[in-house]
Amino acid sequence: MSMPFYVSPEQLMRDRADYARKGISKGRSLVAVQYADGLLFVAENQSQALHKVSELYDRLAFAAVGRYNEFENLRIAGVRLADMRGYAYDRLDVTGRALANAYAQTLGTIFSSGGEKPYEVELFVAEVGERPEGDQIYRLTYQGSVADEHQFAAMGGSAEQITEYLEEHYSSGLALDDALKLAVEALGHDGPEPRQISRDALEAAALDRTRTQPRKFRRIPASRLATLFGSSSDEAGADEATPEPVEPVEPVESASGGRRVDTPGPTGSSRVSNEPGKALEDLPAEPDGE
Amino acid sequence: MSTSADARLPAAYLTPGTASFADFLASQAPDLLPGRRTPVTGAVDVPHGTTIVAATFDGGVVMAGDRRATMGNIIAQRDIEKVFPADEYSCVGIAGAAGLAVEATRLFQVELEHYEKIEGITLSLDGKANRLAALIRGNLAMAMQGLAVVPLFAGYDTNAGIGRIFSYDVTGGRYEEQSFYSVGSGSLFARGSLKKLYREGLTARECATAAVQALYDAADDDSATGGPDLTRRIFPVVAVVTADGYARMPDSDVAEIADEIVTARMERPDGPAASLT
Repeated sequence: MSMPFYVSPEQLMRDRADYARKGISKGRSLVAVQYADGLLFVAENQSQALHKVSELYDRLAFAAVGRYNEFENLRIAGVRLADMRGYAYDRLDVTGRALANAYAQTLGTIFSSGGEKPYEVELFVAEVGERPEGDQIYRLTYQGSVADEHQFAAMGGSAEQITEYLEEHYSSGLALDDALKLAVEALGHDGPEPRQISRDALEAAALDRTRTQPRKFRRIPASRLATLFGSSSDEAGADEATPEPVEPVEPVESASGGRRVDTPGPTGSSRVSNEPGKALEDLPAEPDGE
Repeated sequence: MSTSADARLPAAYLTPGTASFADFLASQAPDLLPGRRTPVTGAVDVPHGTTIVAATFDGGVVMAGDRRATMGNIIAQRDIEKVFPADEYSCVGIAGAAGLAVEATRLFQVELEHYEKIEGITLSLDGKANRLAALIRGNLAMAMQGLAVVPLFAGYDTNAGIGRIFSYDVTGGRYEEQSFYSVGSGSLFARGSLKKLYREGLTARECATAAVQALYDAADDDSATGGPDLTRRIFPVVAVVTADGYARMPDSDVAEIADEIVTARMERPDGPAASLT
């Protein structure tokens, strides 16, 4: 008769956390940055068709890093939950908090259940408010813990280095173009040596509170990125070894595609350091795994 | 809405599969579907919406609906709205049992948005028209009880670059209409009116004028259709869908059109005269 090996619960959780973290750290990072008119998400993504950032509901966006099939499942579940709630109650009753809670419970249960492998994903659930004070970024980890981030946040393999860069360079009230530049620069600072991110591998989307439609989510088209990084390549690539070739400047997208935001951010605004998110009180304490 | 003791998202939510919200609703919360009520025997008096007209013009389509809801011989509401955006490039107008119709429209709107979010691409105009047919088909049992919902669907076909109109019957039959169409109790009069007023090469505004004229003629001969309410300043809802997307014509513009029409009809109550040949 064989005796099962004894594994302490601490060891078991640590192993599962290591497994999930290893999976996540293989992928490229993603940043969320608050700008004057909403929230901006930028990810390094080789695929034009498979998105890391997408729309959940009127004021809600979903962003994820890690294993695609797992976060795609979570995204679809979120869209279904949001649409179901909005249909059963009202569009105003779909909140980021409710969705973050549902994701946290799901990820937490999967992480601590013996039968399933932990999800190798990290998520942002973001909600844009009527005013900048109402903007919310919830950061969810593979183990189901939720952190409430302010102004900017990064996740993925090199989240720490990127957050450090953002802490040094972020200022509140950025215009969209400036926020885009900052986000792309931050993504490039993910290792000991800063690198230039290829424009073709950028995925950018925003929750724009100035949109007149109820649905505030919009993707930032490649043409906009080309205009932005094409015109200012000397500036952006000043500290880089190889400046990028300047592509022909395409006109800014039409009304249906989005609007151009030219409002400059307030100058000399005080930089607020990003507090390591405080956990929401109504959520169960998660095993730390450390 | 189904809730379980476990706060985790139910397995059905995490199962890949349908991009249809209505199908998902049917499996997860069938009681929320408009057509899934237990039919009751005996007649009920519920508010009914009346006349909707739609007409195409170069580069788009116009849809207009009167503002009256009736309950038997009673006017249930003077300012009901029966023309809604379905998504960015289409609109839907509803005649029939108002409660079910409004619910069906809400479901249709979520259905289109849901597909767009799940699949990352919008349905084709024909796809949207077929989805609406499926929703109407689900309401057949209620239709047999006298609670029929008859929509009119119109939209801008972004592939073909034209406005298109689709009509339906209570069994979910879907028919594409050419140039113009109308549904509801006053639809026969409205269609007769549009036959004489509609022509090729109208502008959006002229098309809207023809639609409001048709509603006026419908209200003239059908007691359930409301004409322009000059004392309360209640005018038809006019939607215009073009390459720029759905736009509701501002009330001030519709008021202007209605005022022109009423002024002209002071001279000739039957409206503009068509030439004999």
